[in-house]
Amino acid sequence: MEYIALQLFNGLVNGSFYALLSLGLAVIFGVLRVVNFAHGALYMLGAFAAYLLLQDFGVGFWIALILAPIGIGIAGMVLERLLIRRLYGLDPLYNFLLTFGLTLMIQDGVRLRYGLQGQPYPAPAELAGSVSAGLVAYPTYRLFVIAFSIVVCVAVWFVIERTRLGMIVRAATERPELTRALGINVDRWVTPVFGFGVALAALGGVLAAPMRNVSPLMGSELIIFAFAVVVIGGMGSIAGAVVAGFLVGVLASLAAIFNPALENVVAFALMAIVLLVRPAGLFGSLEARS
Amino acid sequence: MKRTIAGSLVALLLAAACGGGPGGGPPAKLTDGKLVIAVINDQSGVYADLSGKNAVEAVNMAVEDFKAKYGDNALGGTVEVLTADHQNKADVAQQKAQEFYERSNADLILDVPTSSAALAIADVAKAQQKLYINVSAATTVLTGKSCNKYTFHYAYDTYMLAQGTGVTVTQQGGKSWYIIYPNYAFGQDMESSFRQAVTAAGGTVIQSDGSPFPNTTGDFSSLLLKAGSLKPQVLGAMQAGGDLVNVVKQYNEFKLKDQNIKLAVGLLFDTDITALGQDALAGTVYTTPWLWNMDDQSKTFADKFLKRTGIRPTFAHAGNYSAAWQYMDAVRRAGSDDADAVVKQLEGYKFNDFFIRNGFVRAEDHWVQHDALIAQVKPKSEAKETFDYSKVVSTIAAEKASRPLSEAGCSMPK
Repeated sequence: MEYIALQLFNGLVNGSFYALLSLGLAVIFGVLRVVNFAHGALYMLGAFAAYLLLQDFGVGFWIALILAPIGIGIAGMVLERLLIRRLYGLDPLYNFLLTFGLTLMIQDGVRLRYGLQGQPYPAPAELAGSVSAGLVAYPTYRLFVIAFSIVVCVAVWFVIERTRLGMIVRAATERPELTRALGINVDRWVTPVFGFGVALAALGGVLAAPMRNVSPLMGSELIIFAFAVVVIGGMGSIAGAVVAGFLVGVLASLAAIFNPALENVVAFALMAIVLLVRPAGLFGSLEARS
Repeated sequence: MKRTIAGSLVALLLAAACGGGPGGGPPAKLTDGKLVIAVINDQSGVYADLSGKNAVEAVNMAVEDFKAKYGDNALGGTVEVLTADHQNKADVAQQKAQEFYERSNADLILDVPTSSAALAIADVAKAQQKLYINVSAATTVLTGKSCNKYTFHYAYDTYMLAQGTGVTVTQQGGKSWYIIYPNYAFGQDMESSFRQAVTAAGGTVIQSDGSPFPNTTGDFSSLLLKAGSLKPQVLGAMQAGGDLVNVVKQYNEFKLKDQNIKLAVGLLFDTDITALGQDALAGTVYTTPWLWNMDDQSKTFADKFLKRTGIRPTFAHAGNYSAAWQYMDAVRRAGSDDADAVVKQLEGYKFNDFFIRNGFVRAEDHWVQHDALIAQVKPKSEAKETFDYSKVVSTIAAEKASRPLSEAGCSMPK
C-alpha cells in the first residue's frame, strides 16, 4: 500500500514535467498553430542554462529558476521573429520541419561543446533533505517539484481563463478572424505567447536539472511524451494539457508496478484509446482544431 | 670462386638494403606496402565520450610511439589510421567494416563499443579473414558462441566485471542483491554474469528487473522504490553511460544508502564520474581493467594523453593504444601483415605493457587474459587533481578474472 502511494508521488513528479512541457506546447499551438518540435531542445537549454549559471557565475538554483526561463524565453521570441514567423502562411509541415531542424542544431551545438555524457547539478541545499515516508525517505525536492508545477499550471490557467489578456489569447485561439474583426490586434500577441511557451519549457528544464542527467539529449527523449500528452488533452487545450500531463505521469508509474517496461507504453496506449473514443482529445473541441 | 664472391656480395648488399632498425631482423613484408588500422566506434552517441575520437587519437599515439621505438620502416611501409562512426547501430557497423576490409584494404579493425555492433563486425572479420581486436564492447559472446579465428577480445568483458564487483561486494557482506539492468543484449549479459558470480560467492539475487532501453523518461524512481521495499543489502545497477548517471542521481535522492542498501555499479567509466560529480559516487566499489593513476608507467601515458586531448584517458582509450601496439608488434614479429601469420604470433603470446598486466592471449577462444582491478571512487577532498577519481583496492589475478574455457562455449575453427 505504502509502495503504491509512493509510486503515485513518482507519477506526479513525472506528470509535473509532462504538464509543464505540454502546457507550453498547447499555448503555442493554440495561438500560433505551430507544432513546436524544438520544445524539447529548449527544455534542455533551460537545464544547461542553470548548469552554466552555477558553473561560471556561481548563481544558485533559485535565481536560475527565474533567470533561465526569462533568458531562454527571449531567445524563443527572437527565433519566432527571425524564422518561425516567415512560415505562417504555408502548410504547418514547414514549421514542423523548421523546428525539427532547429532541434538538431541546438542539440548538436551543445553536444560539440559539452559532450554527451552530461553535467552534474546539485539540488538546492534547502531542499536536499527528505521526508520520512515509511519505505523510503521521500526527497523533499520531488515534493517541491510537484507543488511548484501545480502552482505554475494553476497560475497559467488563471491568467488565461480569468483575465482580459487571457480572454484575448483565447479568442485569438478559437476565432482569429472574428477577433481581428472586433478590432483586437492578434498579431501583437503572437511573439510574446511563443516566448512564454518557450519559457515554460526552460522552467521545466531548470526543475529537471537536479534530478536528471543534464545532457544534450535529455529533451529529445521527453518531447515525444509531451506530444502524446497534448494529443490526449486535446490540441491547444490548456486545461487538457495539464490534466493529461498528470494523468499520464500517474498511470505510467502505476503501470510500472506491474512491469517496468510498461512505463513507456502507457502514454501511447492512452493516446490511441483517446483518439478512438474522442478524436479531439479529452478537453478539445473539434472546432478549435479547424 | 669469383661467382661465390659476387654471390655473397649481392647477399651482403641485400642485407644492408633491408637491414633492420634497432629491433634487428628484417622489416615486415606488407602486402600492399602499408599497414591499415581502422577504428570503428561511436563518435556522436552515448559512448562517444568514453571512447570516440579520443580513442582514434590514442591509436595515432601508438603508431607514432611504435615508429619512434623501432624506426620509421620497421613494418616495411607506412601505417595508416582510418576511422568511422558506427552510431551504435549494428548494420552501420557491419557496412563500415565491409568497406574498410574490402575497399581500404584495412588489416585490422579496432575498438567497436556496443555489443550488437561488436558482434556484427566479428562476422565480417570471419568472412573476410582479416583481423579484428575488440576493446570497448563487453559481451562475452565475442569469445563464446561468436568466436572465430580472426576476432580477439582485449580489455574487459561482463565476466570480468561480475567476478570483480559481484564477488567482492558479496564477500564483504552484501549477501542479498536486487539487480536492475537495461533490457538489451549488454544488460541481459550483465545480469546473468552477475547472478552467477553473486550466487557462486554465497549470495542470493532476490529479484532482478529490466529497465526500458532506451529509457525515454530518464526516470528510475519506480525501480528505486521497489529496492526500498525489497530491502536488499545491495542494489546492483547494470546501466551504462547516461542511464547509469540517472540511476545514481536518483539513488542518492532517495537516500537508499541511509537504509543500508549499498550501490554496486556494473560498469563505470571516468566519464560517468565526471557527469555525476565525484562526491555523488564516493565510496562506490567497481571493477576496471585499468586506472590512469594506478602506477608510474600508466601516469606517463596519461600525461601524454592529457597534453593531446585535454582529458585523462578512460580504460577504453588506453586499451586501444595498447591493442594497436601489440598488433603492430605481432606484425613485426611475424614479418608480415598476412592475417594468418599475425594470428599465429598472437595466439599463446605472453606480454606486459602499461595497460595489460600478466597478459596472455588464449588460443582457444582469443580472450586476452590479464589482471583486473577492484577500484573505489575517492571523495573529492582526497583528489589531487580534477581527474583523480579512484584508487586501487585490490588486484584480481588474470586467471580469476577470465571466464574458464569450459564455460566459454567457443569452438574455434582452425
